[in-house]
Amino acid sequence: MIDILGFALIMVGIGFFAAGSIGLLRLPDLYSRLHALTKADNLGLGMLCAGLALIDGSAANAAKLFLVWLLVMAASATAAHMMAQHTLRQDIE
Amino acid sequence: MHAPLLQLLDVLLAVLALALGWAAVSSRDLKRSVVFFIAFGLLLAIVWARLGAPDLALAEAAIGAGLSGALLLSALRDEPETEAGSDLMQGPLATLISVLCLALTAVFAWVLWQTLGSADSARMADRILEELPGTGVSNPVTAVLLNFRAYDTLLELAVLLAAVLGITALGPARPSFRAAGALFDGLVRWLVPLLILTAGYLLWAGAHAPGGAFQAGAMLAAAAVMLRLGGRAGGGPPQPRVMRSVLASGIAAFLLVGIITMVSGKAFLEYPQAWSGTLILFIETAAMIAIAATLALAYIGGRPADWESEVVTSAVTKTRERR
Amino acid sequence: MTVDATSMLLVAVVLLLLTLLTGLARTIIGPSLQDRMLSVQLLGTGGVALLLLMAALFRASALIDVALVLALLAAVAAAALTRRGENDD
Repeated sequence: MIDILGFALIMVGIGFFAAGSIGLLRLPDLYSRLHALTKADNLGLGMLCAGLALIDGSAANAAKLFLVWLLVMAASATAAHMMAQHTLRQDIE
Repeated sequence: MHAPLLQLLDVLLAVLALALGWAAVSSRDLKRSVVFFIAFGLLLAIVWARLGAPDLALAEAAIGAGLSGALLLSALRDEPETEAGSDLMQGPLATLISVLCLALTAVFAWVLWQTLGSADSARMADRILEELPGTGVSNPVTAVLLNFRAYDTLLELAVLLAAVLGITALGPARPSFRAAGALFDGLVRWLVPLLILTAGYLLWAGAHAPGGAFQAGAMLAAAAVMLRLGGRAGGGPPQPRVMRSVLASGIAAFLLVGIITMVSGKAFLEYPQAWSGTLILFIETAAMIAIAATLALAYIGGRPADWESEVVTSAVTKTRERR
Repeated sequence: MTVDATSMLLVAVVLLLLTLLTGLARTIIGPSLQDRMLSVQLLGTGGVALLLLMAALFRASALIDVALVLALLAAVAAAALTRRGENDD
């Protein structure tokens, strides 16, 4: 039962990754593409980590998975902001 | 049920690796090549993970994807000309090089075919696992690197030292960066301690789990790169007055252990059984620091400030002004 | 772990890899360097996801450490791209 829920979460997570990929390809400019990326980082990875934590079962691994998700979110949020600022500066020049 | 899926995964990874590698090498635009190379590094880390080599995946993720990416991107910014034009790669010389590369590939393919196809061969891995309990560590990779083939690792560290000579011959270091704003400063503030902590963890875990000196050194170097990018004055590699000692510490530790073992009657680098674990940890710690300093030096791309004495610096400046 | 679980995880890995492959198209098309770096960032996060899935698939919790390392280094490349030097305007 828990396994099925875990797999469902993983599939939803991959769905968000797909949304991020498609957004990266279809959206018109860099700023909107950044939005697509963060969907993959937050919800995509989050659902995936939650599903894997359910399947795996051990508390230590679940804690590690949670930590990985937090790190990826924090790092990519900062990176997205810096890229947006950099591009804005270049567009203004 | 899952064998064909596994094969599909392998085929996808192999095709993607080849495609990215080809794209990185063959692209005319340097910017595109750099990006493809970083993507290739990332993919390679995943390939190592698939092949069941977590130590290699760790090293590839840290060095191939992270540090190489930062290095290449910084080099790209220094380079105004981004057209990878090259007269060398045309004409008869190019044909000769292509033929030689193809011949080499054929030789490798034949060797691989012979070794993988032969049945009943005594595998080295079995022998290593047999001898593992006496090495002082329980991770076979660390045992090979630091015990069975410690001499090779010593020479690798010597090669890194030679690379330092090459880097310092390039000229003065890349100029440092502006003081960071609140956002990036915040990132540096939590990322650098985490990187240092992870480096310590990887060094310690290298004895019984995937990890080791090279991976830990790469993490420390990434911390140095982040400090440098954060614009802190003099951030990045160690201070010049300790830099030389730090760079040589890896080899120094090896030689110290080797000389001590020789003096106490054994062969060079033949660890006494009871002390193996401790000696390996000692050498790995020194090697980690040396590797981190070398990689950080590679990132800043030249001699750091105050590297030479005043006399040499003024002489060099006068020579440049004369031109 | 049942055979079903292994197959499901494998399906997840293959699907994720195909998704990332389509995201890589931006590396070829993307007009500017930043666009190409965006797709590398997606590959980075996707790589973390793939490593976590493989950790469960191959029962190798060391791969979670690899994912941790990759997550930590994700920002370094983006920072190297966007940070301004002292002498830049």
